[in-house]
This record gives sequence, C-alpha cells and structure tokens, in this order.
Amino acid sequence: MRADLQAIIERYGRNQHALVQILREAQDLEGWLPPAMLTDVAKALGLPRAQVEGVAGFYSFFYTNPAGRFRILWSDNITDRMLGAPALMDQMCRSLWVEPGKTSEDGLVSVDTTSCTGMCDQGPAILVNGWAVTRMTSARVEQIVALVRDRVPLERWPGEFFLVADHIRREGLLLGDQPEHGSALRSALDRGGQATIDEVKRAGLRGRGGAGFPTALKWQSCRDAPGDERYVVCNADEGEPGTFKDRVLLSAYADLVFEGMTVAGHAIGARRGLLYLRGEYRYLLAHLQSVLDRRRTHGFLGPSVHGVEEFDFDIEIHLGAGAYVCGEESALIESLEGKRGTPRIRPPFPVTNGYLGRPTVVNNVETLAAAALVALRGGEWYAGIGTRKSTGTKVLSVSGDCERPGIYEYPFGVTVREVLDECGAQHAQAVQISGPSGVCLEPGEFGRRIAFEDVPTAGAFMVFDRGRDLFEVARNFAHFFAHESCGFCTPCRVGTSALARMMDKIADGHGSPYELNEIFKLNRVLQSSSHCGLGHTACNPLFDTLNKFRPAYERRLRSLDFEPAFDLDASLARARQMTGRDDPGAHLEPVG
Amino acid sequence: METHEFSLDGEEVGFSEGQTVMDAALAAGRWIPHLCHHPDFAPHGSCRLCVVKVNGHFAPACTTCAQAESVVESNTAELNDKRRTLLQLLFVEGNHFCPSCEKSGNCTLQATAYELGMLSPHFDHFFPDRPVDASHPDILLDFNRCILCELCVRASRDVDGKNVFAIAGRGIRSHLVVNAESGRLADTDIALADRAMNVCPVGVILPKRRGFAVPIGRRIYDIKAISVQRRERD
Repeated sequence: MRADLQAIIERYGRNQHALVQILREAQDLEGWLPPAMLTDVAKALGLPRAQVEGVAGFYSFFYTNPAGRFRILWSDNITDRMLGAPALMDQMCRSLWVEPGKTSEDGLVSVDTTSCTGMCDQGPAILVNGWAVTRMTSARVEQIVALVRDRVPLERWPGEFFLVADHIRREGLLLGDQPEHGSALRSALDRGGQATIDEVKRAGLRGRGGAGFPTALKWQSCRDAPGDERYVVCNADEGEPGTFKDRVLLSAYADLVFEGMTVAGHAIGARRGLLYLRGEYRYLLAHLQSVLDRRRTHGFLGPSVHGVEEFDFDIEIHLGAGAYVCGEESALIESLEGKRGTPRIRPPFPVTNGYLGRPTVVNNVETLAAAALVALRGGEWYAGIGTRKSTGTKVLSVSGDCERPGIYEYPFGVTVREVLDECGAQHAQAVQISGPSGVCLEPGEFGRRIAFEDVPTAGAFMVFDRGRDLFEVARNFAHFFAHESCGFCTPCRVGTSALARMMDKIADGHGSPYELNEIFKLNRVLQSSSHCGLGHTACNPLFDTLNKFRPAYERRLRSLDFEPAFDLDASLARARQMTGRDDPGAHLEPVG
Repeated sequence: METHEFSLDGEEVGFSEGQTVMDAALAAGRWIPHLCHHPDFAPHGSCRLCVVKVNGHFAPACTTCAQAESVVESNTAELNDKRRTLLQLLFVEGNHFCPSCEKSGNCTLQATAYELGMLSPHFDHFFPDRPVDASHPDILLDFNRCILCELCVRASRDVDGKNVFAIAGRGIRSHLVVNAESGRLADTDIALADRAMNVCPVGVILPKRRGFAVPIGRRIYDIKAISVQRRERD
C-alpha cells in the first residue's frame, strides 16, 4: 500500500466507521478511487472489498472511474438554471473541448452537473474538486478555462472565485445580537439536564428540518433510553434544493450551533457530538474546526466542560460526499457509520437505536441554535414569539426571481406575501416552499402563513416570476429525485426514473393526457409504498404543478391520444451523424 | 408463549410477540405477495410488494410487528393494483425475457406477476446495458434479471460468511457487484454449495449446465400458482 494512503487510514485509527472520511481523503491523492486503492482500504479496515466498492459507488462525489485532474460540477438547481447555468456550462464544455459527463482524453478535466450546491442566492455556482465557486459569468468561465488549460493548481486560483456571501437580509432573535460565548451553556449547566429539557418543552421548540417534531420529546426519549453511550448529531446535510440557511448559520453563527449541541449533549447525557456537514460545504470545514479549537481552549468543549467535572463533551465533524438522502436522519447515521446512505427500517428510531446502535438525538442546525437561546433566555420567552403551535422564528433561504435573495428570519406566522414584498418579488406566479419535497403555492395562496399548522418548511423559498415555465421547474425537480433516490426500494428507485422519463417525453412534444394520468397514478404508488420520505414526497412538485398550473403541461401535449415515447426518426440521428448525411432520404419524416 | 390475534382480510391470524405481520401470515398459511422477503433471513423491506394496510395505514408486512386486535388488509383491489404497478416497474427496469430465461417457471417474479394478473409491462422499457459474468467455471451471473432484493447479499454474508455480493451504485444505477478487484465472479470464493447459490428469486445466479434439467411446463410454478405453493411450503 502507498504510504500516504496508509497514513490516512492510520490517522482514522483503522476505524471501519470512518470509511466515508477515509475514501474522501484517499480520493484527493489521485483525483479518483482506483480499484487497487479500494482493495487496500478494504484490507486495512478488515471490510469485504465489495462493501467498500458499494460505499464508494453510492456517493456522487466519489469517482470510481478516472474523472480528470479538475472535476467541475455545475449546480443544477432550477435557480442556477434560471440564472443561466446551462448556457455557461455549454460555453465551458465547448471551450475545453469536453462532452458533459465525460473526462477529456488527456485526463485533464471533466465537466458535469450536480444537485443544488446551496448557493442559490449567488449562482450560478459550481464545485471544482469539491470547492465552491459562486457567481459564474461568461468571463469567469473563460478565466477558469484558461486556468485549467494551464494546469494551475486550485490553491493558486484567484481568491475572489471562492467568496461566499452570507446575504443576511433580515435578523430576528437567532441572527441578531449574539449572546456571549458559553453563556447559554452556563445557564444549561446551572439548570441541570432534565430542567433544560423541561425548558425546551416550555418553549414549544419543534424540529426545523421541516417535520416539526417536538425537540423536547426527542431529547427526553433519548435521555430515558437505556444505554451507556449517547450521541448528539447535528444534521447539516442541507441538501433540499433552494435551502442554504444552514450554510449561513455555520459560517456566521457556528458558536451558537455548537453551543446548542453542547446543551443538548448535557441534557441527554452524551459525551460526543457529531456534525454531519454536507460535502458541498467542504469549504466551511477549516473555519468550523477553528471554532471548535477555540471553544476547547475556552473550556466550552473537552473534559469537564465549563468546569463541570462530570460533563465531558466534544464535537467532531463528518463530511458528506454528495447524497441528498443522507438528510434523512437514519440514512445520515448509516453514512456516519461509514456505510451507504440507505434509510433504516423504522422503528426502532434513532433516539433508542441510533449511531452505533446507541441512543442518538439528530437535530437540524437551526433547531440546535434555537435550543441554545432557549437555554439562555428560558422557554417562556421563546414561546411568546411566533404562533401558538409554531413558536419562535424561522430562517428562510430566499432565492429565484426577487431583487434581494438571501437569508430572512421571521417569527412563525409570517405570510408568504409579506416575504415576497420584503425580498422584492413583484410579479411572482408561484413560490416553491421547502424545496421540491415541499409545496408549490400559486398567488391565491400567498396569504398563507409559514407555520407548522399551515405551510411547514425546512427553509427554502424559491420565487418564480410570471415569465417562468412551471413545467420546466417541475421537470428539473423530477430529475433531481431520480438522481438522488438511494435505490433501495422499488417504487422510488424505478418510479422516480419513470417520472423523469415521462416529463422528458412531454417536454419533447410526445406527451398525451395519458402521461398526466400516469403521473397521478405513480404519485399514489410512491406515497403509499416507498421506504422513506424521499419517495413519499418525490412526486409532490409534479402533483402540485399539475393541479395548479395544468396549462403549462397541456400546451405541450401533442395530441389527446396515445403517443409512443420512441421516435424512430430521431433514433436515426446517430447514423446520420456517422455518415455525414442530412438529406431528405436520411429521414423517415420530412424535415421541418 | 402467549399468543394474540389480528385480522387479515377479515380472518383471524394468531401470532406470538415479536412476530411480523408477514411471519404470522405465512405461519398461518396465508400468502402476502413478496420478493425480497425470505423466512430464513432478516427482514429487508425493499421490494415493497408486501405493503398492506394496518388499521388503515400503509405498512410493509415484512418489517411491521403484528399487533393484537389490528385490522390488516392485503388482498384488496387497491393494494393489488399498486403491486401490479411495482411489478411492472421491476420488469421494465431490467431486461426480463421470460421465454428465453432458464428460470422461467421457477421464477418468483414471473409467478407473482401471473398471480396478480399483470398482463403487460405497461411502462416504457429502460433496456439497461448489463453485461453477464460468465467467468466462473460453474456459475453464471446474468445481471439483466436482478431486482436488487439482496437475498444473495444476505445469504453470503449471514450464512456463508463470505460476503461474495454487495450493492454498488445509487438510485436507478444501483447494481450487484462481487467481492473481487477484477469484478469477476471467478475471482471470488463462491462455491456451488453456498446458500447464496439458491436464494435468487429470479434468474441472476445460475449453476451452469443444469438449465433445462426440468423441462418448462413441469416446473414449480407451472404446476401450482405461487400463492398455493407458498401456503404449502410454510
């Protein structure tokens, strides 16, 4: 085995559960994971080679085929597309003489698309070898092409390429004046673990990942579950297209988040916390590590936190590798354990059987930040903000057709219209709330409120102007789910691909009302029989737009009768290209 | 052990604590359609054919613990309609050409499709490109028919202790791989006597030179429908 690979494996203590982290670092050695490297890793960790190959093949950012010294991925969210990503990517491919998805023949570069990278307020965005570059323009494309051609190492690229702005447009209790570091923790330690949970209960705090599960109930179940070791996991696998609030919370409010994790750790009796950071946010890793180091220096982490002898607590960061499904808490735990991100069979739930089978609390970044404030200022104060069933505030990630995209924090109960007015969206025909898995609202619904009892959300707020084609929005989302399905269960694995194909068929002008009925049928199958939430919600964007924006579909339908998807004439295109013919005799149907 | 009862399509089924709906149903001689479930292995829950309604809520029978007094519906028009769709999705996902498949008549997928009255694939075929692995002298792998039930993965890992098989890829690109750097079955330690050799519900893992020892027409599901077979087996 090569020495540098050995060093990586040794640094992780030959720990099987660190497989994803080991593969991530191993890939940096050659830009991909050659078969022999997988064999070496498997041997060193004592894992079956097939299992290591299975894990490597699961995550989008792991390459099991040579992928070029420069691996460029264009964020393919609808907001990036609306900002011109497809044309810019095309320009880049032409300038570099590469086909999308293929590695250049000299092994220098590959250009492809990836799911939303969470830079919707400053797109179009790309990832270069995992590092985020924002605000792509035609000029920037040419600059990057030149850097790639000259083989300039990434470290010597202009620093401004990698700037990520926070764009905080509206502050509330979370994003406003920050408490003194360690003060929330001090309050929690003085109050005691059970009393902190009682306080969180009094606050009425609910999970900010979108589902709204009562946080105190989760903490209590974990605290009461039998077991010696417990864990706090912070879910920063913010993969829902259109969501980027966790990115800002971690870049500008990391202390509050880590403080919340420590408070949770004390409340449930954990000694270890794990932050699962999505791979797209790799650029935040060094910053977060430095915040952790500082907190250790101040005694907010490590042995005897804040001088409390019986409370040792520390936090480590695990980096994801490109898999939306890992935002599902049991899939996230599988990934933390170094496995494929396949959601587990539930029950049992993580609060009793989580990380390494032990009681585990998995909370969203925003939930933990809010919990820190509750620990500091009390549940009653917190419960006085927002609505009765949705207390506190919600951080929204606003993007799409508006003048001021960015981060907005509102008390729960704010109407969609108020948000639209404040972000400068005058001509919205639709808003996609909580991403593709959420709901699509039409203007008649803009009076509805952001709250668990009305329109719940994980934070995404994508605005679509009157000029936008809602069919294309839905088609983008259909492809997103097909790409991100973990592949475990039949309905989601095959159904999401079937849906994406149907949307393509309609887009190609071969659709008929038959397809529209099929979409409704598959929606019922996905909702009733999928293994996890990804499958349950995968058809939502199609279902919503079909109900609310049906003309966007209907004007594409070729006929009211059945149409085959197979186009015999189009399938001869390759033969025409190879023979250099394009005369009428080379077509089955008259041209034009 | 204390026994309890739940109702399955209107008839009482007894179960003992910790049994799943599927276990209890099979033990009582009642068939709930399934592909990835096998009584010898831990429940998996991936094919979703066994999704039933428990007290009005959808749940897979193979991973849901039986509850006393609960009302389970399985053989209903609504559920069988969904199962047909799932079967159709499985048929179009792979390359299933029953007339030329040596597993025809012994195939759980085919038999279940017959049982549930699936008359056509309904969806457009995906026609994936899946090369066969004929490297092993005694065993053929035809990945075209794989339905990703992971029975071979479980059998090789949990019974044979060999880990010959695993799933790689993601989503529609998920696929079976073998435990060898070359990717060839010949370079693994699989053996004809392995449990993994005889759990494949479809025609992926086949011993060579035995294909038509029993002629078509006299095979397991040629003689009796799968619902009857399974009732008699369990």
